[in-house]
Amino acid sequence: MANAKMNGPQAPKVADEQIEYVTVNVHGQTLGLSIDRVHDVFVVSEMTTVPLASPEIVGLLNLRGRVVTAVSLRRRLGLPDLVEEGRRMAIGLEHRGESYGLLVDGVGEVLKLHAADLQPNPVHLNAGWASLSRGVHQLQDRLLIILDVDAVLAFETQKQAA
Amino acid sequence: MDDLLREFLTETNEHLDIVDVELVRFEQDPNNETILRNIFRLVHTIKGTCGFLGLPRLEALAHAAETLMGKFRDGMPVTTEAVSLILSTLDRIKEILAELERNGVEPEGVDGDLINDLERMAAQNATIDLASDQKVETIGTLAYQVLERDLLPGEVSLDELERAFREAPGPDTQTPKQHVETINDAPRKPAGSVETVDASDASASKIQTIRVNVDTLEHLMTMVSELVLTRNQLLEISRRHDDAGYKVPLQRLSHVTAELQEGVMRTRMQPIGNAWQKLPRVVRDLSAELSKKIELVMHGADTELDRQVLEVIKDPLTHMVRNSADHGIETPLERQAVGKSERGTIRLNAYHEGGTITIEIADDGRGLNFAAIRRKAVERGIASEMEVERMSEAQVAKFIFHPGFSTAKEVTSVSGRGVGMDVVKTNIELIGGTVDIRSEQGRGTTFTIKIPLTLAIVAALIVSSKDQRFAIPQVAVMELVRVTPGSEHVIERINGTPVLRLRERLLPIIPLSKVLGLENTEILDEGFVVVTQVGRQRFGILVDGVFHTEEIVVKPMSSKLRHIQLFSGNTILGDGAVVLIIDPNGLARMVGSGSEDGRFQNDDGLEKASAGSQETTTLLVFRGGGESLKAVPLSLVTRLEEIDADTIEWLGGRPLVQYRGRLMPLVASDETMEIRRDGQQALVVFSDGDTSMGLAVEEIVDIVEGKLDIELIAERSDLIGSAVVRGRATEIVNIAHYLPLVHETWARSTASRSDAAATVLLVDDSAFFRDMLTPVLKASGYKVHGAARVEEAIQILGSGAHVDVLITAIDLADRSGFELVEALRGSTRFASLPVIALAVRHDAQQIAQAHRLNVTELVAKFDRDGLLSALSELQGSLEKAA
Repeated sequence: MANAKMNGPQAPKVADEQIEYVTVNVHGQTLGLSIDRVHDVFVVSEMTTVPLASPEIVGLLNLRGRVVTAVSLRRRLGLPDLVEEGRRMAIGLEHRGESYGLLVDGVGEVLKLHAADLQPNPVHLNAGWASLSRGVHQLQDRLLIILDVDAVLAFETQKQAA
Repeated sequence: MDDLLREFLTETNEHLDIVDVELVRFEQDPNNETILRNIFRLVHTIKGTCGFLGLPRLEALAHAAETLMGKFRDGMPVTTEAVSLILSTLDRIKEILAELERNGVEPEGVDGDLINDLERMAAQNATIDLASDQKVETIGTLAYQVLERDLLPGEVSLDELERAFREAPGPDTQTPKQHVETINDAPRKPAGSVETVDASDASASKIQTIRVNVDTLEHLMTMVSELVLTRNQLLEISRRHDDAGYKVPLQRLSHVTAELQEGVMRTRMQPIGNAWQKLPRVVRDLSAELSKKIELVMHGADTELDRQVLEVIKDPLTHMVRNSADHGIETPLERQAVGKSERGTIRLNAYHEGGTITIEIADDGRGLNFAAIRRKAVERGIASEMEVERMSEAQVAKFIFHPGFSTAKEVTSVSGRGVGMDVVKTNIELIGGTVDIRSEQGRGTTFTIKIPLTLAIVAALIVSSKDQRFAIPQVAVMELVRVTPGSEHVIERINGTPVLRLRERLLPIIPLSKVLGLENTEILDEGFVVVTQVGRQRFGILVDGVFHTEEIVVKPMSSKLRHIQLFSGNTILGDGAVVLIIDPNGLARMVGSGSEDGRFQNDDGLEKASAGSQETTTLLVFRGGGESLKAVPLSLVTRLEEIDADTIEWLGGRPLVQYRGRLMPLVASDETMEIRRDGQQALVVFSDGDTSMGLAVEEIVDIVEGKLDIELIAERSDLIGSAVVRGRATEIVNIAHYLPLVHETWARSTASRSDAAATVLLVDDSAFFRDMLTPVLKASGYKVHGAARVEEAIQILGSGAHVDVLITAIDLADRSGFELVEALRGSTRFASLPVIALAVRHDAQQIAQAHRLNVTELVAKFDRDGLLSALSELQGSLEKAA
């Protein structure tokens, strides 16, 4: 689109760069995570809650012998917890050498999108959301918010905040 | 940087470390040709490799050093200057290597200074005749050290070396390096050491070793841990499903896994000698710098421990050895003066003991100067003068672990900065270790360090609280007590704060579920108490269930959770569940937050509190009549009871209750308060021997710990004064006021001592009374010494402690207080010591005797104000006299 024209014919590759996103659903909203940050997608079985932990941290879980810190995307986005606790899905992520599982309501398909189509956050987007979002893709039937994985996992623990 | 260079750097650095050690040994033992040969060979290797890699500076330095060492071999006397020169050459080489490692190229610079010195020294002695020609007669077998790997390019000259050493004697059994010994001695040992030098018997048993990246080992360890967990999971499943088909292969898998685990653990083990390697050089340099003669003896260098642990203790060990050399060992003159040999010894000893490794660092120096430490502790305000005087030497010695504590008279470059020992302690405790000090004046000091063999796997007790499981490291667990209402062990409450009576002591109980915030509802009094000791604090963790002990693989907490002090890590249990590991230190800190020392009474806290120390005092806070809070030191309290008001009997208008088979008088804590006639009446029971008294209170509020800073109130005898406790003004109750109300005879002994503005010696055989009077006296500005018996009092006086006034009870358990005074009057030193005698009853005979013995005042035992005014009068006259 416009971007490609601006960059001229010699740079179509960059402009046309396609990025694959794993899409997830939270509270009826579709969000995308860059596929190269996603290590795996798994169903959460048993979880150990960690008393005194920050609210974002739901607990610790055993993912094939590794201890993974489970973070609730809902809580990160300031959304209420899911009432009925069905099958919980998590996205396996790495952040600063540590393993995290991001709990989501559901996992959707993988989308291949042009980087150039990413549009900035609407200015009036809630500040909490804006800080976690890198921008918005307009899909045919809905909007896809691209999550900044590092920002999602960069919340402060209670002590640091205090 | 290419691989060749990297390999060269690693290896050369190792070689240099060995040369360091060997040179120091050689200096002490100049006739040991094995050592010399080893040094020579290593330096030669370095030189050759440098030449090959095109590193002219290094080559030139190594060459010059080699030349000088060649002279040693030719019989030149080994002098300290020469060795120092070679050592500084090695240091230069290390600097260049470091630079090389950073930039990949040899740095610019000239080493003409060192090279000239080396050459001059070599030339100086060129003319010296080889007096040791006879030595050459030994047979030249060619079995010197051989490298068990492909020769590096620089090593082609081994043939040349061979020639050079042909005249040297054959290898003797003494091996050149301690940690090489370990390999030879114990072929079963893993490839923990990367050294490939085979000292003796090169042709026979060669140990094959390869270099393995530490990361590879770490990864292997992680994988094995996972395997162990998976195995545990499988075992768990097979326990539930009884399928014989699985059993046998599973058994086999289990065995193999266990062996694999052990094997991999072993690869991480390294001989402690690796951490000691730098010490000979350190000691040598220090002896030169401090002009002392110090010998370093190392035993058990082959004792192995986890490399992670090794890394942590490396620096503390070096620091402690430096300390021993600097503070411990005296100068040769001082040593001679006290009849010791000129040369001091620092002895390192390491050995296994159960699941721990013990390291001792002992010197035969002057020992700790306890007097100086005491003084310093008081100066720095860590403890009061009276406290340090009462402390045992072992307790005093512990002060050196306080931050910023150094008694060195002047700051030397070596030590005296007072940084270090606290860091040493912290580092060691960080890995679950302990440090102990033993010291004897003039005989030396021994530090004993105990550390776990490995940090990766620990035994832990699995407990549960509100359906969630936790692991508590077994080392912290002292015992388990089952508590159920109605049984022998019952959780009791002081205003909701749970405590447990355990062998006559009140053990603070921390319900795990409460600290974890797992519940807001009432805590059940049923479950298990895990009695835990952290440092000197002892407390009980109340859990709902206790399962079993399991070897767990400790995994670090996520950085997002590390701020929670309560957990030290997590692990995966056999059934696959993630479980948090509770850190007893963190628990103690969390609960004790607000007071630096934690809020729990130390194990010896009872005794301490009775001395009325200025340290924190645990107070029982209660409400009497009226609005204000009242408090009494908990150490005075025997029990807390809640009785049915119906059981209170009134005899002649005085309330009594049958208590433990006796009649116990009750007294209301406040004039405005009435003892209840119905419902429940809360009692604070005080007893001394067989005599008990119940103080009826409105309500027991809390147990708090705080510094007792009492402001005296003069006009009320039922109060010692007031103090701010937990931010609230609280009246500190004078138990002494109540006692005469109920017992005329309550006073078989009381002694008091003080010593600030004036020092008082308080003699009374009842700890209770000393407890009671000490705060009163202290609050009035006196320093107080206490003694229970006449003998003890005499001992204190005899030990040279300064005492201005003696306060003694007349009725003591062993002898009469008058006998004490009589004994004192007989000595010239104490003939005129002012004495205040405490009498229970007025008795003409006693008054007469008091006069005869020149007793300054005779005060009724419970007359607090009388005592204080007598004291202040005395002080006035003392000042006049002075």
